[in-house]
Amino acid sequence: MNLIDPRSIYALWRRDVTRFVRTPSRIIGSISMPLLFLVFLGFGFSDAAIPGLPADVDYLQYLVPGMVGFTMLFGSSFAGLSILSDQDVGFLKEILVAPVSRTSIVLGRIAGGSTTALVQAVLILVLSVPLGFRFDSLLLLPLAAVFLVLIAVTFVGFGVALASQFSDSEGFGLIIQFVIFPLFFLSGALYPVESLPDPIRILAFMNPLTYGVDGLRAVLVGSAAYPLFLDFGALVVSSVLMVAIGTYLFERVEAV
Amino acid sequence: MVAIQVDGLSKTFGETTAVDDLSFRVEDGELFGLLGPNGAGKSTLINMLVTLLRPSSGTATVNGHDIIEETAAVRNSLGIVFQEPALDEELTGEENLTFHAQLYGQHKADRDERIDEVFELVGLEAERDDPVGSYSGGMKRRLEIGRGLLHEPSVLFLDEPTVGLDARTRRDTWEYIQRMNDEAGVSIVLTSHYIEEAEQLCDRVAIVDDGEIAAIDTPAALKDSLGGDVVILEVDGSLSSFCSRLDACPWVMEYTTSPTQVRITVEHGETRIADLVRLADETGVAIASVDIHKPNLETVFLSLTGATIAERESNSSGDANDSALEGIHPSTTADRHASTTPEDDE
Repeated sequence: MNLIDPRSIYALWRRDVTRFVRTPSRIIGSISMPLLFLVFLGFGFSDAAIPGLPADVDYLQYLVPGMVGFTMLFGSSFAGLSILSDQDVGFLKEILVAPVSRTSIVLGRIAGGSTTALVQAVLILVLSVPLGFRFDSLLLLPLAAVFLVLIAVTFVGFGVALASQFSDSEGFGLIIQFVIFPLFFLSGALYPVESLPDPIRILAFMNPLTYGVDGLRAVLVGSAAYPLFLDFGALVVSSVLMVAIGTYLFERVEAV
Repeated sequence: MVAIQVDGLSKTFGETTAVDDLSFRVEDGELFGLLGPNGAGKSTLINMLVTLLRPSSGTATVNGHDIIEETAAVRNSLGIVFQEPALDEELTGEENLTFHAQLYGQHKADRDERIDEVFELVGLEAERDDPVGSYSGGMKRRLEIGRGLLHEPSVLFLDEPTVGLDARTRRDTWEYIQRMNDEAGVSIVLTSHYIEEAEQLCDRVAIVDDGEIAAIDTPAALKDSLGGDVVILEVDGSLSSFCSRLDACPWVMEYTTSPTQVRITVEHGETRIADLVRLADETGVAIASVDIHKPNLETVFLSLTGATIAERESNSSGDANDSALEGIHPSTTADRHASTTPEDDE
C-alpha cells in the first residue's frame, strides 16, 4: 500500500464530483443560504454605519468575500464530515477494507470536497455581480483561487478530524451550531473582528477563516486588515496542520 | 494450498469475549460455513480476518498472508460482502464497480473487460447504468457479490449473505454463490444463522456458539455423528414379537416403544421403511402412519450446545445485529464467565 495512491485519490474525487453534479437540489441548497445572507444583509445594511468598516468600501463589497468564505467553510466542512454519512450507509467499510492507505483516503476526500466547495464559492461570486458587486481587479482572480483552495483544504481536513471523533451522523446538528457557526461569526465575514471584545478577538485570530476572508477581501475588493503574506502564511500553516491532524485521527478510526 | 489458517484467534471487548481462542483452516476452493446464532462472534471473526478489527490475541493467515503484518496483501487477496449493504446508492451499478476496481489498482483496460464479465456473471447487464438506489434487495446483493469478485480475490467472505431477502431471492442467491464457487474457483467463507443455508451450500460447516467452535465437519458427517435417522411408527396391536424381530435385525441401532408408537433409530432410514413395514405385517402389528426424522444441522446444534439457534437468539438482548458488538452475548457469557460478571442472570 503506497502512502499516496493517485488512482484511489482520483476514484474518491470522481465519486464526490459525480454525486454533486447528479443532485442539483444539493447544489441549490448549498448556495441558497449564503445567497440569502448576501441579499438581505447586503441590502439591509447597505447604508448602516458599521464600526471599523473602511470608509471607501460599501457594505456589499465588504460582505461578498465574507459570504464566499462562509460558502467555503460550510461546503468544505460538510465534505469532511460526509465520512459520517458514508459510515451510516455502510459504504465506509467498502473503502476501508480496500488496499488503500488511510492517507490516500483522506487526500481523496480533500480533493473531492475542495472541488465541490470551490464550485459553490464560484457560483456565489458570479451571482453577486448582478447584486452590484464589482471586482477590484480581474487580474488578481488567480490569487483568489489560491486562497479558496487553501481554505478548502483547511476545512475539509477539519471536517475529517471532527468526523473521526463521532461514530455516526447524529452529532451533526451540534457540530454545526457549536463549531461551524461560531467559526463563521468569528471570521470577520460579516463585520470587522477589531470591534469584538479582547478575549473573543483572540479566538478570531486563532480562526483560519479570519485570514481566508481577509485574503479574499484583499484580492477581490482591494481592502484588507492584515498584510497579504500574513493571510497566505497563516492559511498554509492551517491547511498543513489540518490535513496532518485529520489524517492522524482518521488512522485511528475503527472500521466496524 | 490453504485459503485460511486461523491459530488461537481471540477478540475481547471490555470483559466480553466475542471470539474465544479459535483455530481452524479452510482449504483452497472450499465453500466453508460458520453456522451459529446472531451474537456468536461470527462477524467479529470475519472482521478480524479482513483486517478491519485487530485481534486481541492469536493470529491468522489469508491466502498465506498474515492478517496483522501483511494487511495490504491480505486485502488484495480477499473480497467481502458485508452483512449490511455497502453500496453507494447514488451511483450506478457500473460506477460502483469502477470505484471498486480503481481502489484495487486495476488499470483501465483490464478494468472495463472485467466489469463486463462481472455484470454478465451476476446477470445485471441491463441494469448496469441504473442508480443502485433503484435496485431490489436481491439485485443489490448480486451486485455486491459480483463486486467482491471483481478484483479476482482468492477468498470471498460473505457475512450473512441472505439476511433480509425473501425466500425466492434467497434461493437465487444460493445458486449464485454455488456458481461463483464452481466457476470462479474462489474459496468462500460464509456466516449464517440459517440452518438450511449452511446445509445446502457448504462443503464444511463450523458450528459456532458463544465465540467458540463446537464442531467442524461436512454437513453429512455432522448429521451422522448424531447416529442416524429416527423412523416413527404409529402402531396398533401387540408389540412383543415385533420387538423380538427388531432385536434380531443388525441394522436397527436402537428403538423405544410406547403402547401406540415405536421409534427406531437406523442409518439411512428411507431404505429401511419397506423392511419395517414387512416386519410389522409379519408380526401382526397394524401401522397407522410412518414418519421419518432425519437429523439436520439444527438437531446437531441442539445436541452440541443444548439449545436451538432460535433459543440462543432470543436469549441475547439488545441489537444483535449491531456490527461492532456482534460477538456480545449477554446471558451465555454470564454463565461462562460467572466469576467476572456479577449479574449472573440464570
